[in-house]
Amino acid sequence: MRRQTVASGPTREVTMHVFRGDAEGGEFREYRVPLEEGMVVLDVIHRIQGTQASDLAVRWNCKAGKCGSCSAEVNGKPRLMCMTRMEIFPEGKPITVAPLKTFPLIKDLVTDVSFNYEAAKQIPAFRPRPPDPDGTYRMMQEDIDRGQEFRKCIECFLCQDVCHVIRDHEENKPRFFGPRFFVRLAELDMHPLDTQDRRELVRARAGIGFCNITKCCTEVCPEHIKITDNAIIPLKERVVDDHYDPVMWVVRKLGGK
Amino acid sequence: MNGLEQHEVHEYDVVVIGAGGAGLRAAIEAASQGVRTAIICKSLLGKAHTVMAEGGIAAALRNVYPEDSWEVHFRDTMRGGKMLNNWRMAQLHAQEAPDRVLELERWGALFDRTKDGRILQRDFGGHRYARLAHVGDRTGLEMIRTLQQHAVHLGIDVFMECTVDRLLKDGGRVAGAVAYWRQSGKFVVFKAPAVVLATGGIGKSYAITSNSWEYTGDGHAMALRAGADLIDMECVQFHPTGMVWPPSVRGLLVTEGVRGDGGTLRNSTGERFMFRYIPDFFKAETADNEAEADGWYEDKKNRRTPDLLPRDEVARAINAEVKAGRGSPHGGVFLDIATRRSADYIRRRLPSMYHQFKELAGVDITKEPMEVGPTCHYVMGGVRVDADTTAAIGLPGLFAAGEVAGGMHGSNRLGGNSLSDLLVFGRRAGHHAAEHARASKGTLAIDARQVEAAVREVMAPFERKTGENPYEIQKDLQQLMHTLVGIIRTESELKEAIVQIGRLEERAARVRVEGSLIYNPGWHLALDLQNLLAVSGAIALAALERKESRGGHTRDDYPKPDPNLAKVNIVVRMKDGELSVTPEPLPAMPPELQKLFEEKK
Repeated sequence: MRRQTVASGPTREVTMHVFRGDAEGGEFREYRVPLEEGMVVLDVIHRIQGTQASDLAVRWNCKAGKCGSCSAEVNGKPRLMCMTRMEIFPEGKPITVAPLKTFPLIKDLVTDVSFNYEAAKQIPAFRPRPPDPDGTYRMMQEDIDRGQEFRKCIECFLCQDVCHVIRDHEENKPRFFGPRFFVRLAELDMHPLDTQDRRELVRARAGIGFCNITKCCTEVCPEHIKITDNAIIPLKERVVDDHYDPVMWVVRKLGGK
Repeated sequence: MNGLEQHEVHEYDVVVIGAGGAGLRAAIEAASQGVRTAIICKSLLGKAHTVMAEGGIAAALRNVYPEDSWEVHFRDTMRGGKMLNNWRMAQLHAQEAPDRVLELERWGALFDRTKDGRILQRDFGGHRYARLAHVGDRTGLEMIRTLQQHAVHLGIDVFMECTVDRLLKDGGRVAGAVAYWRQSGKFVVFKAPAVVLATGGIGKSYAITSNSWEYTGDGHAMALRAGADLIDMECVQFHPTGMVWPPSVRGLLVTEGVRGDGGTLRNSTGERFMFRYIPDFFKAETADNEAEADGWYEDKKNRRTPDLLPRDEVARAINAEVKAGRGSPHGGVFLDIATRRSADYIRRRLPSMYHQFKELAGVDITKEPMEVGPTCHYVMGGVRVDADTTAAIGLPGLFAAGEVAGGMHGSNRLGGNSLSDLLVFGRRAGHHAAEHARASKGTLAIDARQVEAAVREVMAPFERKTGENPYEIQKDLQQLMHTLVGIIRTESELKEAIVQIGRLEERAARVRVEGSLIYNPGWHLALDLQNLLAVSGAIALAALERKESRGGHTRDDYPKPDPNLAKVNIVVRMKDGELSVTPEPLPAMPPELQKLFEEKK
């Protein structure tokens, strides 16, 4: 990353094209904003909100890449606005900020992401095996490393946004959960304590067969979770294998692997 | 419910306001008891401030140090709070925290492990033993996701992006709340015999803070207006290590885990200056030389490094070093882990700190020191509650848990004690709110005029043709609180602050917003401002009243603690819109617990 240490000199301005509108329709509007050292896209959006358009709708919370609220499409690429520094963009060219395309627009940069919360509800709950005699559980670090990778997910839904199964095909939404929930399902499947069988859900309702492993989700994940390689492909294999060999599934589950 | 037909109305047994750790845990407990339960939250589910917690959950699990016990944890907590804590809350917290952590594991949480497969615990400031259950430096995310997923599977109704404007009352008891949907601007009336406040803190009153937009003191202000007491509002925690550069991330939290895992503070001369700031109160248990301090990480027979003194002490020390001209280039001090631990260790233990500095400041913390300085992080003060039930004292039907409740942490909270607080008292709040709801007799009568008054006030900013932008007023308030009611306080400045807050209230009463009712942040801020102003007033008044220095309250004109004031809470009340303060005695600790402090002096 290029580090700028110039603090003085004439203030540089940046031109932003920010989508403004709601379910009825909208357009990109131009705002000019003075740049400060180290600014991220979300700072610029806040500056616009504070000085030029107090009703500009945007979600944010932590401003540190931990909550996954401020997802948007910046110059066409799905990103967390709080982790996107302004200095990565070429000087002098306008920067466009648009809402996530896959979800219905509420207003400006805010979309209706309830699709995701509905999917979460349909996943059968974690169901642990009985505890050890002392009432607690022993789990080895190496057995939970992969689960911890999946649990880094901040639910920014950028993977959902970029997944072309639902991005370009509204009709697939009722039969597809999307990468975020394959990560969740893989996490539960690999959890050393879980005993619930979700294979049929993964195959049928979650629609894992729709995924043709283009890895777009992995590329946009701000937590660098290897969604395709570590979650989706093993889930696909498991669904296929177990479909033909239910005994192995039982053996694996009882073995805690 | 006559006269309410034009609004969306819901009836529940228990309504929980807030969906962070305390709110979710409360709702889970209430729902598990079979009562109709709702959660209302300002953001999307899973985005509450708990998600930002980094270091861990303090609980005497004894996995790393079998010598640990609830008594030691209790003692650390009370001493960290400079004995201003509600002793019973601190006791319950220390006793119940281990069960609450193990319960998260039963609900699917994956904590980092010891070599023999148990939950690993890490060192933190003010804790005698390594005590914090954690997942790298993203423990809050693990906790909120676990609770969120568990709550979803229990089928609890969640009202997301819905802001509660005020509590509703039926005579002297709380009977529900009025809220508006952020997405549509439409009103919702909740009718319930038990309401749990789990709204978090007040950090957005300050210019430099680790807190998100949500932290506008909503629960504190609503409780005040409904007639509840607030205590200890003068006690505000400035976390010693926030980022200081670049300007856009100023205030962002740098976990205490950096020091827990071996990092040390240095000034511009390279000196480990904390050795010069060990107060008498902690002398006996703090290392006075570098060799012993460094030996402590591996062997607890050594005394603890002063880098891990409680947060109030470290924040004041950093403040003093910067004032003395020994600060870093951007007005902080250096936090160095690069020269003390391997790059692999740092990336494994502190992945999000590594990421945060790399991405936002262009600093590689495995090679260079971080620049850090104090940032407003937490308010110890809050609703005065009964320790066992979390019921607001003097206001039936209202419960409070987590940061919005006062008493648990005294004048200064230890790191790691917040997440455990949320779980312990969240559960207690849910349990007792459900019991209260089941025991409540007769139907609730809500006078529609209360709702209509709320609606009029909420809509008022749209009616004005002229007026100020709410963002300007918020900025001025934040600057004022930072300058006049910050880390170091003095009488003349506090008096000035109270006058200026009054002027800001007048400006806020004339605020004007533009745009529509749909997802309008300017409008929402105009409403949140009312809460920010109320809590800022409460903090300034209480700070003026406490004429001593203790924990998160430091007075330049009264630099020492006053033993007489160790026995009182400053209580803030509101009557007809006016705030008043009264010192009132703390509950007295029973002799068997007092002994814990005498023996180990």
